[in-house]
Amino acid sequence: MTSSPLARLPAVLLIAGLLPAAAAAQGSGSATLDAVRGRGQLVCGVAGAVPGFSLPDSQGVMRGLDADGCRAIAAAVFGDANKVKFVNLSTENRFTALQSGEIDVLIRSTTWTLGREANLGGLFAGVNYYDGTGFLVKAAAGVKSARELDGATICVQPGTSTELAIADYFRNNNMKFTPLLIENRAELESAFLSGRCDTYSTDSSALATFRATQPKKEDFVLLPEIISKEPLSYMVRKGDDKWFDIVRWSYFAQLTAEEEGVTSKNVDEQLASTDPNIRRLLGTEGDMGKALALDNKWAYYIVKQVGNFGEMWDRDIAVLGVPRGINNLWTKGGLQYAPPLR
Amino acid sequence: MGIAVSAAAQAREHPPIGTSGPIGWLRANLFGTWWSTAVTLLLGWLLLRWAWGLIDWGVVHAVWTVPQTPQGGPDPARCRALQGAGACWAMIGDKARFILFGQYPYQQQWRPALCVLLFIALYGVSASRRFWRRELGYLWVLVLAAILALMWGGFAGLPFVANDQWGGLPITLLLSTFGLALAFPLAVLVALGRRSRELPVVRLLCVLYVELIRGVPLISLLFMASVMFPLFMPEGMNPDKLLRAQVAFILFAAAYLAEVVRGGLQALPKGQTEAADALGLSYWAKVRLVVLPQALRLVIPPLVNTFIGFFKDTSLVLIIGLTDLLTAGKVALADPVWTGFAREVYLFLAVIYFAFCFAMSRYSRGLEAHLAAARSR
Repeated sequence: MTSSPLARLPAVLLIAGLLPAAAAAQGSGSATLDAVRGRGQLVCGVAGAVPGFSLPDSQGVMRGLDADGCRAIAAAVFGDANKVKFVNLSTENRFTALQSGEIDVLIRSTTWTLGREANLGGLFAGVNYYDGTGFLVKAAAGVKSARELDGATICVQPGTSTELAIADYFRNNNMKFTPLLIENRAELESAFLSGRCDTYSTDSSALATFRATQPKKEDFVLLPEIISKEPLSYMVRKGDDKWFDIVRWSYFAQLTAEEEGVTSKNVDEQLASTDPNIRRLLGTEGDMGKALALDNKWAYYIVKQVGNFGEMWDRDIAVLGVPRGINNLWTKGGLQYAPPLR
Repeated sequence: MGIAVSAAAQAREHPPIGTSGPIGWLRANLFGTWWSTAVTLLLGWLLLRWAWGLIDWGVVHAVWTVPQTPQGGPDPARCRALQGAGACWAMIGDKARFILFGQYPYQQQWRPALCVLLFIALYGVSASRRFWRRELGYLWVLVLAAILALMWGGFAGLPFVANDQWGGLPITLLLSTFGLALAFPLAVLVALGRRSRELPVVRLLCVLYVELIRGVPLISLLFMASVMFPLFMPEGMNPDKLLRAQVAFILFAAAYLAEVVRGGLQALPKGQTEAADALGLSYWAKVRLVVLPQALRLVIPPLVNTFIGFFKDTSLVLIIGLTDLLTAGKVALADPVWTGFAREVYLFLAVIYFAFCFAMSRYSRGLEAHLAAARSR
């Protein structure tokens, strides 16, 4: 089949679009990094409405784990964590924003899946939160395990991956359930509180937040089963590997700092450290920053201005009452593991 | 005898107290029959109960301030202790500036506040018939330019604020004011074009435009503007998101307004245009002096109806990630410190929306009455 002129149009547009990008790429070897430096600002796609991840506070300043992840990248590139522009994206337009170049990096509690990585022209650069679907029940019900939920009515938001995960789980275990579908999160929660359903199911991080904001949180129990994997990840465009490295290692640098006990408070004293791992991290030894086309003190700026991963966690997630769990460092029984920074 | 006559005359002048005045009105309208009395009592009781419930919740048991936590944030414990028995206005106190101005830099929020006042002043001046002359058009251009300049800044020591940080009430007012101000002239042209006999191509284009836009929901038009459009552009070239939404709004509003205006054009007796032709007026003079003044007067109610609907439709920009008034309220609600106080936020938003919409509808009624009086003279 020959392609019609109309079918060729996107390709022509694409080439026309790439020409200036290719011309600019002679700087650092990364078109995105050059664009970011040229505009003096990192453009970071976030949700802007998810507590703990990205939500403006009463003064309009973006707070949360995702927002701080953006700041860490800005600190690595500019030495200034405030050179970030946050773009609020909905679940519908987040991938378009990345594909079209509207944003440089997407940190919007986006689950890493094969379909997304293979089909959407994006690469996942690091998992800043291992989430999963969980169940919350009232303590008075006496339920201890999700296996006891046969025949239960479940409050769930329609059209979410949670709904699919529950259906899979109950089918696998030969159990029955009645879904109570309510789109609006607040109404769903009040339905659960008023007893219209036996259990409330969504991402366990959101369940923990909900539980922590109740007047008596002992009245609610988070069941131990996590029935789906939701690794929430950073995402960049395919085709700019240098930029991918910068984003991924900004995140690894924060993990390494936590592992080595380097915090925003003690980072200046640690500059004098004799530990080679810390010296490489903070740029007092070796050329780790240069290898990334950054300043050698890139990780120092990250830790100094944003903090290590544990500090981010305490500031943004722990205050919601969410336990660290599998998001702890690998040395403490969690999944957060950074390759050696050398 | 004289006294008796004057007493009788007085009796004629003042009808029995039960048939006139407020009591007479009550008897005639509320307590006319047993059935009517029963309905009045029932509704009155419900109304009182509801009003009392509202006052009890919103004033008597309401919490107006909360103490600070040691970390410096608000401590909602006092509000939570109410268990919904009273309103938590402290939440609005904490979040009001965010709801009204979104993520606009906190220290600079006097600028959007001033812009809102400028908008309201502009509406006020435009509403007063004393100012209806050519200069009003220049004033609009001037004030709208001033509002944009003030929002953006970047001069006279005002820091530049990119428009992705704008939010709240200014976004709602910007979208609806610019939307209607630019859509209205377009709508008049489209309506005229659709009625044109001499220019069949123009007529066809106008029909196509109106039917295409009316054939899709506003939400899909916004999606096209925000999701599809960037994919057709070369990488890195992104027309501003707010501008894209604004253009989508203008196109959408113009199509609907055009149909309203066309209704007015059709209602105009043919004799009017024929008389204008007989006077030897050119087409545009005829339209400007004879057709439009009469046609638009006829369609004030549906025009205002469209305006009000459109003002509220601006809240749909939520789905493309712009923070209008309603979105800002929802984002404020997502704060875990204040989850569960949705009623307070929505009531606050409803009052703002109501103030604008009610002012519009009252004004249009006043205008109709005035124009009707002018016609009957």
